[in-house]
Amino acid sequence: MYYAIVFLPLVGFLIAGLFGRFIGSRPSELVTTVLLLIAAALSWVAFIQVGFGSGATRVQVAQWMSVGSLNVDWALRIDTLTAMMLVVVNTVSALVHLYSIGYMHEDPHRPRFFAYLSLFTFAMLMLVTADNLVQMFFGWEGVGLASYLLIGFWYQKESANAAAMKAFIVNRVGDFGFLLGIFTLFVLFGGVTFDQIFPRVAEFEAAKFHFLGIEWHALTIACLLLFMGAMGKSAQFLLHTWLPDAMEGPTPVSALIHAATMVTAGVFMVARLSPVFEYAPAALTVVTVIGGITAFFAATVGLVQNDIKRVIAYSTCSQLGYMFVALGVGAYSAGVFHLFTHAFFKALLFLGAGSVIHAMHHEQDMRNMGALRKYIPFTTAMMAIGTLALTGFPFTAGYYSKDAIIEAAFAARSSAGNFAFLATVIAAFMTSFYSWRLFFMTFEGSARWEAHASGHVDGSHEGAEHDAAGHDATHAHAHDDHGHGHGPLIPHESPLVMLLPLLVLAIGAVIAGFVFQSAFIGHDYEHFWKGALFTGPQNKILEEMHHLPGWVPLLPTIMMILGFLLSVYMYIVDKKKPAQLAADHPILYRFLLNKWYFDEIYDAIFVRPTFWLGRLLWRGGDQRIIDGLGPDGISARVLDVTRGVVRVQSGYLYHYAFAMLIGVAALVTYYLFKGAH
Amino acid sequence: MFGFGILSGLLVLPLVGAAFVLTLRGDDEAARSNARWAALATTIVTFLLSLAAWGRFDTGSASFQLVESHAWLAETIRFKLGVDGFSMPFILLTTFLMPFCILASWESITHRVKEYFVAFLVLETTMIGVFEALDLVLFYLFFEAGLIPMFLIIGIWGGKRRIYASFKFFLYTLLGSVLMLLAIMAMYWAAGTTDIPTLLTFKFASNLQTWLWLAFFASFAVKMPMWPVHTWLPDAHVEAPTAGSVILAGILLKMGGYGFIRVSLPMFPDASVYFAPMVFALSVVAIIYTSLVALVQEDMKKLIAYSSVAHMGFVTMGLFSMNPQGIQGAMFQMVSHGLVSGALFLCVGVVYDRMHTREIKAYGGLVNRMPLYAVAFMIFTMANVGLPGTSGFIGEFLSLMGAFRANTWVSFFAATGVILSAAYALLLYRRVVFGVLDKPSLQDITDLNRREMITFAPLILLVIYYGVQPGPILDAFAAPTDLLMKSYEAALATVKTASLAAY
Repeated sequence: MYYAIVFLPLVGFLIAGLFGRFIGSRPSELVTTVLLLIAAALSWVAFIQVGFGSGATRVQVAQWMSVGSLNVDWALRIDTLTAMMLVVVNTVSALVHLYSIGYMHEDPHRPRFFAYLSLFTFAMLMLVTADNLVQMFFGWEGVGLASYLLIGFWYQKESANAAAMKAFIVNRVGDFGFLLGIFTLFVLFGGVTFDQIFPRVAEFEAAKFHFLGIEWHALTIACLLLFMGAMGKSAQFLLHTWLPDAMEGPTPVSALIHAATMVTAGVFMVARLSPVFEYAPAALTVVTVIGGITAFFAATVGLVQNDIKRVIAYSTCSQLGYMFVALGVGAYSAGVFHLFTHAFFKALLFLGAGSVIHAMHHEQDMRNMGALRKYIPFTTAMMAIGTLALTGFPFTAGYYSKDAIIEAAFAARSSAGNFAFLATVIAAFMTSFYSWRLFFMTFEGSARWEAHASGHVDGSHEGAEHDAAGHDATHAHAHDDHGHGHGPLIPHESPLVMLLPLLVLAIGAVIAGFVFQSAFIGHDYEHFWKGALFTGPQNKILEEMHHLPGWVPLLPTIMMILGFLLSVYMYIVDKKKPAQLAADHPILYRFLLNKWYFDEIYDAIFVRPTFWLGRLLWRGGDQRIIDGLGPDGISARVLDVTRGVVRVQSGYLYHYAFAMLIGVAALVTYYLFKGAH
Repeated sequence: MFGFGILSGLLVLPLVGAAFVLTLRGDDEAARSNARWAALATTIVTFLLSLAAWGRFDTGSASFQLVESHAWLAETIRFKLGVDGFSMPFILLTTFLMPFCILASWESITHRVKEYFVAFLVLETTMIGVFEALDLVLFYLFFEAGLIPMFLIIGIWGGKRRIYASFKFFLYTLLGSVLMLLAIMAMYWAAGTTDIPTLLTFKFASNLQTWLWLAFFASFAVKMPMWPVHTWLPDAHVEAPTAGSVILAGILLKMGGYGFIRVSLPMFPDASVYFAPMVFALSVVAIIYTSLVALVQEDMKKLIAYSSVAHMGFVTMGLFSMNPQGIQGAMFQMVSHGLVSGALFLCVGVVYDRMHTREIKAYGGLVNRMPLYAVAFMIFTMANVGLPGTSGFIGEFLSLMGAFRANTWVSFFAATGVILSAAYALLLYRRVVFGVLDKPSLQDITDLNRREMITFAPLILLVIYYGVQPGPILDAFAAPTDLLMKSYEAALATVKTASLAAY
């Protein structure tokens, strides 16, 4: 069964990828989607078997490499954590496949698209079933490749190509740390298999390790390096810049890869390595702080974005920060629980946004939307459910998982925990605000698209955002340069094949919280996880979460309500307010709108100097110094000498005679002096 | 049969083919076609024969196998051939790549066709000879003889600046070789023989080791090429015809690494330990420096040439880390790089044959008209970047791991190459393949034809197969690596006791 779960998507990829040209688009779609649906159904069976039944197994597939003491296998490690990820990955992937049949129906390259989707799913499954760090790295890079291919799917768009490259390279920066982390663990434990590492971690609690001339606590440096990989993949603060740009890809891709699955790989990795992280408290503090900063930072940027997908992208970034906060304070199960619920409601929001974009003929700017509720009521309802779940409305999925994280941060009672608590509470307020802002701008208010019905634009409004100095969201007169006619635009509801996945995800977004709460973080914790997540004997955080002051559990809900009210006030009641605020605080507004200027800073301190250095080394180093002093220089000197020799050979007898005389004189002098000694 | 075995057969076969091509009369289309087919048949038969040799080869043993020895210059300098786990994969790589080179030259070579194929077949003999020789003089002979056909290939069938490039190539490599010859003579005086298996057990005096090591290093470093003696490579690649580039990157560069593992490391262990930090430094500089330079290249071939230098940096780093992961990783990296860079040069050759330019700027949006080409190019680009699942990953990962065990600084800096290689490789791919096809000259460009598909398919399969199942190659390296490690530890132990005794 596990073979089927993991390898069916690979089969789908091969069929659609190799034979898509011959069998046509529709068969490719059907084959990949059906295979994924089977895999998803099997995943649920596996999940119930493993989580509520027998427990972990290991399936050996083949040997990969064996060098000296290093042994790496292709193997599937199935425990509760893996089974849960199988469910998340295959369910969302199957729904996205289904949805894409409708969403991509105009695209001529559908076989390629579905092949990539299946390839991605396969790589992600290899990642979550890995039983050693190298196989995890295989999946890790594999999803990176699929993400690169899918972001750049519309290869004729320059911006999509740039975004794809950026995603790959920024992820490589994280991988750089991941690789070094693998090496560190290998040197310490003599192996890279989890079974070789986990049982022996306690022995190395006090071990030291020399890295770059500094003596470190061995497990701390290993965890920090590995976490660098997680930061790249999960778009954490400093390595987050690729995620918003990744929205250049088709929307189903954003839902699958950049919301539900791939970006949570970092969270999965830390949870998987919880036996190691548990012994590296300093590394956990870093995880908490980075998570807190990301949750806060991404939420601030999300407040002012106008592209519907970018708002959700920043929201994803922020929610990933929440998950890391939970991991950092030792509440691994809370982080993983949020991963689980988040997959449903965030995929729902993205697919809903895709439905909106589909309805609006590829318009993504919320300033050109509004009043869509009447035209696409089903999508509106689904988006409303997603928004409620994201903001943590009582008894929806987010209510259980997100609030648990905030409580865990408080219960940690450390300075990092307190910081993270503050950051996540404020972020909860902002989350509620920007989510409802998105909802109101899109579905309520006046129909701003009627004003310029011909405003049909392909892709996003990247350019518009940078020059949007004084325009705020509600100003709907920004684009008069896109006036190529497309007939009158009447938003239309999406086909059934797109709405069905929305419905399934909406059900998940509503019930995933209270159905699984007791298993993930409640009384059935031990019974459910069966040691897949490790907590040290001193780690009592789940216990302490139940003994908090009464106001703490209420605080997130209060924040949610405040955010909602503010949003209602600014976007329903007093519609002039946002523009006025933006005009009053132009610096702050532009700072947020331009995402804290991270792209500009990175461009100035990394990208341009790198190219400059490359040119310097090429023109200066290779051509001037090495070649100049080396081969070219020598050949030039040889020519000089030859020319000199040529001049001496004048052909006049007295020249030669004179030279001979001088030579004789020199010889005589030499011997005279020699004889004198 | 006269005591000649399968290894002599591998040497003689290409020469027979070359002789046959020479006997062809006339220069009309029929004669050219015959020359092509004859060359192709010869290389394929040679490849099959090398497979037979592989079949008889026992990977479990570290000793030299299929040995044959014939009287030659003197009783102590014999014509001795043999293979072990280090050399066997390279012989296979050589014979495997040759048919692709012939195929790549099918239409692009239009003048002096017969002579071209003769040069290639002679080159094949000398390359196989380097990997088979079990006598240093014989090794030197093949090592140097390979220069001549390559010099001719660049100088006669090359691009516009071919004379400059071929002389640069020749001078650089010759300079190193002269020192190597001196070192071989010194070794003969010290040990009384040039027989490699005997020399492997001979213990050279410590100070002599230093000088011998440096002399060999001069030659191997140029061949590798290591920074800062790498500048001949980009020029040679740019001017060489496609097949010449494939052989240059695929095989000739590997001779340096093979020399290190055959001569420098096992014969001069003390000196190798002593110079390891220098080699590390040069490797790291090579990786970062040439990656940065590759980033700003405007010529496709130059970019790939610089990336080759960076990848060879991983090889030298792994070899001198002196642990199983490093050494086997470095050896694997060489084999993998032979396939991948060879394939990348073939990719450049495909568009060069159509457009006759290598300027990156001249291309863009090729995927619109060449989807198959885009797929092949993408796979090799990813292998070049070292994506897990391709053969490029195994070598890079293992050599970095080996280096990490030896020295974390080295590994740290070398690992930045992982980021930079992604940057330059994807930048090249994006500028050439992605985007809108708006250049008028590209409007009629055609996708891969059948000959090109036949060329790429086996390479793609092998690159992915060895990425998932590197066992066949890695296991061949395992036994001799073990032996090398043991003699290493023994050598180091004696050094340690000696130094202890001195106090």
